Amino acid sequence: MSIPSPAFRSRIREGLENATLQEALQRAVPSFLVSRSKAFEDLPDAEAVRDRARAIRAHTIAHLDRYLEQFAREVERRGGKVFWAATAREACDYIVNLARSRGVAMVAKSKSMVSEEIGLNHAMEAAGIRVVETDLGEFIIQLAGERPSHIITPAIHKRREDISKLFQKHLGMPPTDEIPEMTAAARRALRQVFLDARMGISGVNFGIAETGTLVLVTNEGNGRMVTTLPPIHVALMGIERVVPTWEDAEILLRVLARSATGQALTAYTSFLTGPRRREEPDGPEELHVVLVDNGRSRWLGTPLEEALYCIRCGACLNACPVYRAIGGHAYGSVYPGPIGSIVTPMLGDGNGAELAYASSLCGACQEICPVRIPIPDLLVRWRQMRAGSLLPVWERIGLQLYAHAARHPSLWARAGRWAMGLLRRLGREGWLRRGVGPLRAWTAVRDFPVPQRPAFRDWWTSRRGGGE
Amino acid sequence: MSQTVQLFVTCLVDWLRPEIGIATVRLLEKVGVTVRFPEAQTCCGQPAFNVGRWEEARAMAEHWVRTFDPELPVVVPSGSCAAMVRHGYHVLLEGHPLHARWEALAAQTYELSQYLVDVLRIQDLGVRREGTVTYHPSCHLLRMLGVREAPERLIRATGAAYHPLPEAETCCGFGGLFSVHFEEVSGAMLDRKIQAIRSTGAEVVLGCDWSCLMHIGGGLHRQGLPVRAMHLAEWLAEGLL
Repeated sequence: MSIPSPAFRSRIREGLENATLQEALQRAVPSFLVSRSKAFEDLPDAEAVRDRARAIRAHTIAHLDRYLEQFAREVERRGGKVFWAATAREACDYIVNLARSRGVAMVAKSKSMVSEEIGLNHAMEAAGIRVVETDLGEFIIQLAGERPSHIITPAIHKRREDISKLFQKHLGMPPTDEIPEMTAAARRALRQVFLDARMGISGVNFGIAETGTLVLVTNEGNGRMVTTLPPIHVALMGIERVVPTWEDAEILLRVLARSATGQALTAYTSFLTGPRRREEPDGPEELHVVLVDNGRSRWLGTPLEEALYCIRCGACLNACPVYRAIGGHAYGSVYPGPIGSIVTPMLGDGNGAELAYASSLCGACQEICPVRIPIPDLLVRWRQMRAGSLLPVWERIGLQLYAHAARHPSLWARAGRWAMGLLRRLGREGWLRRGVGPLRAWTAVRDFPVPQRPAFRDWWTSRRGGGE
Repeated sequence: MSQTVQLFVTCLVDWLRPEIGIATVRLLEKVGVTVRFPEAQTCCGQPAFNVGRWEEARAMAEHWVRTFDPELPVVVPSGSCAAMVRHGYHVLLEGHPLHARWEALAAQTYELSQYLVDVLRIQDLGVRREGTVTYHPSCHLLRMLGVREAPERLIRATGAAYHPLPEAETCCGFGGLFSVHFEEVSGAMLDRKIQAIRSTGAEVVLGCDWSCLMHIGGGLHRQGLPVRAMHLAEWLAEGLL
């Protein structure tokens, strides 16, 4: 094994060498961080609100079974259907079968990371059902045949010119780089989709247990179209997204949009309780809530449980200097960035544990996380669980020898003097420019300063002997 | 002042940059602190801990806790190694017979600038320096120990021109073994840090962790830039009156 694997290394290289991506990351991400700080400055007692948000998440996850059952009961009491999907496959099968049984030819979809996680679009299209993404960013990504590179702003890696070309090709839009003209072209294309689709699929930001209410935050209004115009609404929800009460949801909403986009609230915050009631003029005839486990419940009561507190705001991606260097696609996962590196191997078939090593453990993620998930600690936990299989053999042996010497001070002193003597001889004017063995990767990007004098411990000994 | 402290010099300083250890002793003695050096000390075990080899890390933690005297403060010229003792050992020694001894030690283990400014309440060490400097706050010092202002206060008291670093709190890209596992990413992060350093016009970039400084200094040297990366202790000791 090596860290990173050859496939990961080549994805990283693609990210580092992609000039468009680099430009986009350096332009867009810092502005998110600035708006986020401003938004929190305007929130009274922001730190206390974060503490409350964290406490709500901790309490909910500690009693997840209870709140999920309550949530499901309340959804059903109001005429909705609840499907418990243990795996990605079960979730996809349920939705595909539902669409088939209702003769659905086209589905309008608003943004849902869980749908990416379970590979829903692929499953639907394999069954001959057309799926149209209606979130502008997701729509762009779908036209380009790509995957999102950020959980909040999926098309962050695309420039205006790229999008214009895509729209010219797929929507017949005349050449322009005016954003209003481009959004108008997308809106025209999507309007017909909303009217024609017989099924709408959305994600869920929070599910309120006390009333079975779905909370959706969006900025484009497409979420409202998707959940009200088609006769069937399917809501995909990760089982960890439940909250006990409306009051709790209100606290979480205070930190969600601020962390995600720097807004006090998104343009649309929808609360959907059950399908259309008899006296109501609009809304879907059927509501299906698909609760997706896909590995989540395995981690309850383990040291990784806190990863389930995540409310998918994406702030840790923006704060992460590694994400900002390589972009989202390099992670090769639906959930990139620091929290993605923890969550990815927790889900589905458990692949992607090497992602835990793709962090300098700087802690910027934990600092920005609205619910204070100790992300670096959890990354180190993953490393601890997988180091035995992921670390190259020579590194494992090296660390064993190092640890052995570290417990035997006289061996430590002898080995240290020998190694430093060697380093001094290899260096030129105090620097090593081309290292071998463990120093090869170091000197690939920077010089290595070799020691200029004997060890501190030798200075100390000679000083005590009257040397100084 | 009749304080006695134990110096945990750290393996990196002991072997690769002893000048920092010597400078630390001089600074502490200058302010009247008696320094002891427990000679059985080796490494805190952070490289093994962070990479996931906890068995080895725990063995090193045990050795560290046995080596230092829980009755006396420990001063460390590194934010990262001090944070390992305070934070990492908490995880490694949970339920361990040495846990109580560790707690007594962790409560009085300080990074050098933290010890001088926050514990001894000294800012002016009687150091005078000229020239233009900037300062990179290493991540563990900043976020795990919460040391934000102490190094800057020590720098400002010397009379040198201090130019704050833009985006100072962004990681330099060192990250321990991350720097060699993901050398290209580490290098890309380093390039951004170097750009920020250059924008200050400083001749010297200061820091409190030789690990990060070795990485930053190595990048500056590779790029042939006339900026030096120096540990704060060494820079201060050079200006002792």
